[in-house]
Amino acid sequence: MEMMVLLGDFTVRTVALGAALVGAVAGVLGSFAVLRQQSLLGDTLSHAALPGVCLGFLLAGSRQLAPILAGALVSGALAALLVLLLTRTTRVKTDAALGVSLSLFFAFGTVLLTYVQRHQGAAQAGLDAFLFGQAAALVPADLRLIGSVGAASLLLVALGWKELKVTTFDADFSRSLGRPVVAIEFALTVLIAVAVVIGLQLVGVILMVALVIAPAAAARQWAKRLEGMVLLSALFGAVSGVAGALLSASVRGLATGPVIVLVASGFVAVSLLLAPGRGIAWQLVQAVAERRSLRAHRVLLGLYQLAQDHGDPRYPSEQGMLDTYYRGGSASALGRLQRRGLVERVEHMPEEGDHWVLTEAGQQQARDLLEPFGSRDGADRTGAGT
Amino acid sequence: MSALQAWLDQPSVTIMLIGALVGIAASLLGAFLVLRRESMLSDAISHSVLLGIVVVYLLTGTVDTPLQVVGAALAGLVTVWATDLLVRSRRVKQDAAIGLVFPALFAVAVLLINLYARDVHLDTDAVLLGEIAFAWLDVVSLGQLEVARSLLTMLVITAVNLAFVVLLYKELKLATFDPGLATALGKRPTLVGYALLGLVSVTAVGAFDAVGAILFVAFVIVPPTTAYLLTDRLWRMLAYGCVVAVGSSLAGYALARAYDVSVGGSMASATGAFLLLALLFGRHGLIARALGRRAPRAPQAADGSVVAEVSLAGPAEHGRGS
Repeated sequence: MEMMVLLGDFTVRTVALGAALVGAVAGVLGSFAVLRQQSLLGDTLSHAALPGVCLGFLLAGSRQLAPILAGALVSGALAALLVLLLTRTTRVKTDAALGVSLSLFFAFGTVLLTYVQRHQGAAQAGLDAFLFGQAAALVPADLRLIGSVGAASLLLVALGWKELKVTTFDADFSRSLGRPVVAIEFALTVLIAVAVVIGLQLVGVILMVALVIAPAAAARQWAKRLEGMVLLSALFGAVSGVAGALLSASVRGLATGPVIVLVASGFVAVSLLLAPGRGIAWQLVQAVAERRSLRAHRVLLGLYQLAQDHGDPRYPSEQGMLDTYYRGGSASALGRLQRRGLVERVEHMPEEGDHWVLTEAGQQQARDLLEPFGSRDGADRTGAGT
Repeated sequence: MSALQAWLDQPSVTIMLIGALVGIAASLLGAFLVLRRESMLSDAISHSVLLGIVVVYLLTGTVDTPLQVVGAALAGLVTVWATDLLVRSRRVKQDAAIGLVFPALFAVAVLLINLYARDVHLDTDAVLLGEIAFAWLDVVSLGQLEVARSLLTMLVITAVNLAFVVLLYKELKLATFDPGLATALGKRPTLVGYALLGLVSVTAVGAFDAVGAILFVAFVIVPPTTAYLLTDRLWRMLAYGCVVAVGSSLAGYALARAYDVSVGGSMASATGAFLLLALLFGRHGLIARALGRRAPRAPQAADGSVVAEVSLAGPAEHGRGS
């Protein structure tokens, strides 16, 4: 209910719309970053935006979004070039190159930030918001800027879809087709930087990486195809953005960025556990089901072989003996087999416990199970043993 | 004694000493992280120690207890462990796992500060910038000497890190270059790795006061990477890293004074200048490369097989490693 009331508020509506856009764009481009195992490039790009934010502010002389975002984009691109320079021309490995670029750009950013704070007086008040995000600072003009830049980058992704897809999954094949792989990779990096940059005001330079990675990592658990993954990731990103923006607007003093990031992390946790096929809980349930079915098959084959050994297809086996055979607990397996009409309970001698025989269907099932192994009827009892 | 006291009483001396100690402590450990290709774990740890610090603060109401170190070290290890767990579940790749775990922990920490710890010592600016400029105000007595608390903390941490690297040099070297052999010899490379990352977390807490949690990453990664471009021997890499770290602290402080900007930020930025020099003029730098003076190839035995030799070139590349 409270959410609905909040949505009616103009500022909040602006913020929610902006957050949805930012989340969707980050989700789409994050999918490519995650699939190309370049998630941490997003980390470097977002930290490296800080000096650009400050420079944009210094050059424009006021807190206008456009020059600040342009500055952030330029410094992000320079940081990516530094990573490329280090990894391509020296023996520095990718992880160190990312760390070097991230920490140096961020360090220089803090130098500039303190310079702005101490030399430009109170006018800097807005820049702190770029560290952890401040949704309330978003005005409709900002929204138009974020919206048009975001829409343009999504359009570029749609236009270059085939190229992006083939380069992401098989760069060598793409090269053999004569595609300009280096240019495509560079364009993708710039687009990821754009996704990071338009989110800075909402999420902040430090946590923006999470909005790039988390929705994509969550979507990856549900989707088998790139199309599905990208759409789902955009959806997760947008929902995280809106939920985070609304939550932080409804509790005083909560920074927007961390709330958005926690919602996105929640999507990841749920997806890792529950996604059909890949989810951890899903696979546990499946493993239990398989163990049960394997146990039932072993009991069935045990009965079949006992019958074979006694030359009587309807040889009654005592449940107590089967329990010893399978170290207890054959009751549940027998129950399952009985429900499927494969075995039936018979009276043998009044003094003794339950006895079980195979039905026609049970014998057929046992033969079917043994058939792939080319087993003759009287093979050894290993089916029952180990 | 009083001459030493007079020297220590100068704020600039205390600040530069703290910066140099943070640099030495960080780059000693950083060398191994860079060689193990785990540099970005230091980024993750430096973010998530904040959670440890905040939680201990909320539980005990103080920010200066040894408990703080324990809490932060635990937070760091939890980050590493959770990342490891995600990778081993084989549902996300390592890069994404790192990028999933630490933002979540960091976000929790920032929100806890927002909600419960506003306007106390733990404001979010301190996370980024540190308060090295005021470190000399908070002193403790050590015998007849009065020493800044941060200086004392960093002195202890640096000594521990130095002892760790010297005493376990062989184990660290083996675990870094050939974990398989280390396991075979019963050297417990996984344990060594966790000990290394545990110390990184502890050092991050110490550095938190001085340069801020995030700038700490610059001291962990940049000096060793600079040294990596200069030499092929592990001990030289450690030594050069320390030299770069100390030089950056001194130069950074001078710059910060000259332009009246963040001390921690300009110390961290100064490491970049050293990297640039090594990148241009180093043994493995761009000019050496342009002149075709490559690092000597591994010597070949008479039958043409490559003689095994531990070199900083590190274990063979797996794929293109993106």
